Amino acid sequence: MSMTSAQKSGFGATLWDWLTTVDHKKIGILYLAGGGFFFLLGGLEAVIIRIQLISPENNFISAGLYNEMITMHGTTMIFLAAMPILLGLMNFIMPLQIGARDVAFPFLNSLGFWLFLFGGLLLNLSWFTGAPDAGWTNYAPLSIQSPGHGIDFYVMGLQLSGAGTLMGGINFIVTIVLMRAPGMTYMRMPLFTWTTFVASILILFAFPALTVGLFLMMFDRMFGSAFFDAALGGNAVIWQHLFWIFGHPEVYILILPVFGVFSEVFPTFAKKRLFGYTAMVFATFLIAFLGFMVWAHHMFTVGLGPVANSIFAVATMAIAVPTGIKIFNWLFTLWGGSIKINSAMLWSLAFIPSFTIGGMTGVMLASAVADYQYHDTYFVIGHFHYVIVGGTVFGILAGLHYWWPKMFGRYLNEVLGQISFWTFFIGFHLTFFIQHFLGLMGMPRRYWVFLENQGLDTGNLISSIGAFFMSFGVIVFLINIIYTTIKGKKAPGDAWGSGRTLEWTISSPPVHYNFKQLPLVRGLDPLWIEKMEGNEKMTPAEPVDEIHMPNGSILPFIMTIGFTIASYGFIYQTGNKYWLIAVFAGMAIALICMLIRSLKDDHGHHISKEELERVGD
Amino acid sequence: MSHDHSIDPKNMPKDPSKATTEGKYKFMGLWIFLGGETVLFACLFGTYLALKDSAAGGPTTQELYGMGLVFLMTILLLTSSLTSVYAIYHMKNNDFKKMQLWMGITALLGIGFLACEIYEFAHYIHEFGFTFRSSAFGSAFYTLVGFHGGHVVFGLSWIIALMVRNSKRGLNLYNAPKYNTFALYWHFIDVVWVFIFTVVYLMGMVS
Repeated sequence: MSMTSAQKSGFGATLWDWLTTVDHKKIGILYLAGGGFFFLLGGLEAVIIRIQLISPENNFISAGLYNEMITMHGTTMIFLAAMPILLGLMNFIMPLQIGARDVAFPFLNSLGFWLFLFGGLLLNLSWFTGAPDAGWTNYAPLSIQSPGHGIDFYVMGLQLSGAGTLMGGINFIVTIVLMRAPGMTYMRMPLFTWTTFVASILILFAFPALTVGLFLMMFDRMFGSAFFDAALGGNAVIWQHLFWIFGHPEVYILILPVFGVFSEVFPTFAKKRLFGYTAMVFATFLIAFLGFMVWAHHMFTVGLGPVANSIFAVATMAIAVPTGIKIFNWLFTLWGGSIKINSAMLWSLAFIPSFTIGGMTGVMLASAVADYQYHDTYFVIGHFHYVIVGGTVFGILAGLHYWWPKMFGRYLNEVLGQISFWTFFIGFHLTFFIQHFLGLMGMPRRYWVFLENQGLDTGNLISSIGAFFMSFGVIVFLINIIYTTIKGKKAPGDAWGSGRTLEWTISSPPVHYNFKQLPLVRGLDPLWIEKMEGNEKMTPAEPVDEIHMPNGSILPFIMTIGFTIASYGFIYQTGNKYWLIAVFAGMAIALICMLIRSLKDDHGHHISKEELERVGD
Repeated sequence: MSHDHSIDPKNMPKDPSKATTEGKYKFMGLWIFLGGETVLFACLFGTYLALKDSAAGGPTTQELYGMGLVFLMTILLLTSSLTSVYAIYHMKNNDFKKMQLWMGITALLGIGFLACEIYEFAHYIHEFGFTFRSSAFGSAFYTLVGFHGGHVVFGLSWIIALMVRNSKRGLNLYNAPKYNTFALYWHFIDVVWVFIFTVVYLMGMVS
């Protein structure tokens, strides 16, 4: 059934295929493309910010536009770039690593992607009528007072994409618990699967707090409730709590998956098994657990009192311990290994010192008394860019270089990869290292100008020059993608020759059902075990038999369109009640799609034994 | 691999809702989803507790809440949870008619609960002028209790759609997980109500 539709060609059929796909690999690629697009957008916003700050009292953009720029840069990079790209990697790689043919809920997977994409597009549509301008943290009462519809776009856009992310999280948890191949016990799972699992748990428990915060903000701005209105007894600090109860686990959602990436890259290119596997798993859980206990360290200056501040300070410093365990385990994995340096490895090696600097300034910030000095200065900006760029972005680039041959069947070009690495790496440290000192000298964050001769001129100039280096690196990476797509070297199944995990046992790119026969897993690093015993491939755990696969569906896409129309209606019904028609029409579309999904039987389809034998491996 | 989802009465699986892999995935997926829902309601409860004394000159919790109606609502919803258990019991015995009957009673009790809640809200608005906009307490109250009510509405639509859709064709391994996940969701709504009853109404009446 699927074969006949896949054999149709032409633009229309291809488009239909991507709109209706429930294949975790295609959805992974869609996430990468969507996240990549927003990454470029957020990067452009960053460059505009750095041009504005290149010299004192610059007037490249106005103060209002600057506020919109910083808000959209932060929001875009966190919600629409970093997280979706990670979800893309998880979607593509995790089922392959556990020996599954798809995720547990393929329909939901597709819905999650479309909600993310349309939430992001909705948020960015605000550029035409006035973007949100209260910072990515959107603190009340500033956000309540902000005129126009910018904040409304923020609320509805994040609500949509957040719902999509939550669906992804639930899906991955069930997939990992119930769909592992025979023999793949928990303690034989690759580290990237483990970190996907733990990050999904974080998504599950963190995102509902954002959902509630956004609902309260929506009610206050659109329906006249009084949650954050002090005149009617409201309390603006509730927003801060809800935002950071979500927001702090969120930074671990961003970093844990890339910890998993590094734990795959180092063993592969050092040809050694990961040092301290059990400790790595344990440390991941410890970081996740502590990640929920530290949200108020973003609020030291709010005035929660010395007891609360002390508890949260100590809990925050404690996170350095499991993180330190991980750093040392990676170093010991490299120790004495037969190391091969390439782009994936360079990004991973560069991560270790860069992220450690970010961790160190994190412990400095965790000290509540000292934080009164650092709070809202460029020191904080320097700190979180060291962990998010030096950690998450480096990790994403390491992961892309590492898995690109698996995902697309071609190696990324090594020369272009290294040019891109060195310019980005140097630019990153130029941009953000000096910002720590600018902050210590008293430069506050979120100000659109600074005065001349305050000792801030040179530092800001250097920082802006660094941003241009980083942009150059990104452009070279884009050229690399285009070059690779056209002329890249073809990759075999075990693309690096030293693969250890199940994704390297199948062809590059994999067939749509992934595994003709599910593999039998005999230990940690199953492919490596077979190689060491002289076996060419995995021992199958089942005879060749027909394979049950899910059907594609256009419903997730239409459902998302419905929700987007309703969101648009919600935003504009404050001014004109006729927009309520859009709310009801949009919700009706979405609910009818849900009803169809519920009532129309969908048993999936089977790939016959004959077809499997015809295709071969 | 069987393509057929019908149940063989002679070879009845112990639990038809978990006899297929899809059934197992759905069962676990809903449990995980309820984990997220727990955080959602926890945040709403936290907000309510922070704002319940911010009446801004309007009616306070003690002036508003009364025992009678809320007690009736609690009885209705708790009983509906019990009747959904009966329905699942009959599912496991492959008795589709009795399952539909008990699910129907569950839905009726849910509708009864909802009617009481609508009456309660109307009463507060007309008798006390206590609205969503009148104070931070009002916003927090209607949001918390309203989110629960919204969940009830969603659950009712879900079970009614399921019952109508499957009324003619009976129970099979494809629709059994759907009934089962509904029952699980319904229990969760019930548990949330127990907390609302305690934290909102009982605590509101004594303090």
